[in-house]
Amino acid sequence: MKLEYDGTMDPRLFKKVLGETICALATEDPDVIYLDADLMSCIGTCQWSFDNPTRGINCGIAEANMIGVACGLAASGYKPIVHTFGPFASRRVFDQVFLSAGYAKNDITVIGTDPGVCASFNGGTHMPFEDVALYRTIPTATIIDITDVNMLISVLRQCKDRPGVKYIRVGRKQSAKVFADGQETPIGPAIPLKDGKDVVIFASGIMVHEAMQAAKQLEADGVDAAVVNVFTIKPLDAETVKKFAKATGNVVVTENHNRIGGLYSAVCETLARENCAKIDVVAVNDEYGEVGPQDYLQKRFGLTAGHIRETALRLVRPSAE
Amino acid sequence: MDAVKKKELERFALEIRIGMMEEFKARGFGHVGGSLSVADVLSVLYKTQMRFDPKNPAWPERDKLVCSKGHAGPAIYATLALLGYFPYEMLDTLNQPGTKLPSHCDRNQTPGVDMTTGSLGQGTSLACGMALGERLRGRDTRVFLIVGDGEADEGQVWEACMFASAKKLSNLVLLLDVNGKQLDGCTKDILDTLDLGAKLKAFGFDTVSVDGNDVAALHEALERTRAGGDKPYAIVMNTIKGKGVPGVENAKSNHSMTVPTEQWEAWQQELIAQLD
Repeated sequence: MKLEYDGTMDPRLFKKVLGETICALATEDPDVIYLDADLMSCIGTCQWSFDNPTRGINCGIAEANMIGVACGLAASGYKPIVHTFGPFASRRVFDQVFLSAGYAKNDITVIGTDPGVCASFNGGTHMPFEDVALYRTIPTATIIDITDVNMLISVLRQCKDRPGVKYIRVGRKQSAKVFADGQETPIGPAIPLKDGKDVVIFASGIMVHEAMQAAKQLEADGVDAAVVNVFTIKPLDAETVKKFAKATGNVVVTENHNRIGGLYSAVCETLARENCAKIDVVAVNDEYGEVGPQDYLQKRFGLTAGHIRETALRLVRPSAE
Repeated sequence: MDAVKKKELERFALEIRIGMMEEFKARGFGHVGGSLSVADVLSVLYKTQMRFDPKNPAWPERDKLVCSKGHAGPAIYATLALLGYFPYEMLDTLNQPGTKLPSHCDRNQTPGVDMTTGSLGQGTSLACGMALGERLRGRDTRVFLIVGDGEADEGQVWEACMFASAKKLSNLVLLLDVNGKQLDGCTKDILDTLDLGAKLKAFGFDTVSVDGNDVAALHEALERTRAGGDKPYAIVMNTIKGKGVPGVENAKSNHSMTVPTEQWEAWQQELIAQLD
């Protein structure tokens, strides 16, 4: 795995790469159809869809119908890729995704943009801290929390041909670069980014960057922290999770999501019978979202490198409290 | 329609109703009212409109049927059994453990069922996607969509209707079963749907209204939908919930009924007696 992490931001915007990759996939594969619910402008796919009206379909502000239409297209052998904002791609259409896609075995890829605090100035109404929790209850679903632009490209290409319900949550702004250009990130295996013997930090999405920064701070504290990118939340790579938990005995899980039902829950469920590690969490503490700049929101909901560091230190040095 | 053809369609509808009783009597309960109301349209669809092959249920060139009021599964199953999709004896397995005939339609269970339905409203969007997919595939197939009038309470039905007309899905035929009743009582008392024909017309459908238990009227209305054009079609079928079995028709509550096996048997015998 070729990594290129130095803490700097990738100049490419998620939204631009997302739109371009969807259009490229639909251009390469005649079975790919892209559907959106009046948010094409948010990922730069308007003109392409205007030029290719049978391949890029604007369903209007009717997300439930959009999911059903996508599933009907899947029944005709198409590979639908559906986009809307995270809350509308999850809780608003949960029954449609669960039944029309999952239960009925109509395979679709759903992209929910601006997960968690990435919803920033759209505020609490648009800030899904529960989308992963919902999708996790859909049997055999695939759930991906995107870390950087190169992962996004790789995952989109894989999801197109992957069976079942696939849910991708991804921001629209910039991200810290983690993976080298052209690097594939196969869905499933968790990706160790940094080795360490005292504590392991399991992170996904935007929290991977925070985890890497925390590991650096912990180094100064004399704590050797491992960082593992658990970008595939379902199916969870239980083997890697167990391996690092056993090796370090201390686990911090961090996610841009409610601590209920997401990656933290998945890791706890995996480790519950192992009795091998102390576990703590850096995630949203069962709250609704609110409006503001993303850096403010990360501080407000405790989603920073500093929070991860403090949590790791409490695990590693309980006596210091 | 000539008298011979009419007789043939009426007889097939009767056989479908007899098949339903076969299903219900094995378990003693089921969604009988809304299954009986659509027996006539199923007869006309499968005998005069749809292209299909019971030996090849996945044939891509077949016409598709989405029964969005998924609880009418028993009506579909009786029809499919009679057409040879699976043995008639299988009708006795409705809702038995491990059955291929669940209460609500399931495309992964039952040969000949084209789409999974049951959460009301969802079948309408699925049918739109299928109609769009068929058109994009360049097939001259049609997608028939059966929707209940109670189901029309669901907002998703109207999202789908907007989509169907905006995308000019003229290969889609929406068959609205207006039997006037839903689980808790009369639709007009629970959430009055007002003039559904006028609504469908306003939503951009080429709409006609017929006696939905009259095979000749249904046939005439369905023949019109072969014309293509740039509008989806809707046929408002005014039906009687429980049609064909007076004991069910007259029951105050007949959405789902639990009666002794002997009663189902007696109703089945009443229907059998009407065969020539």
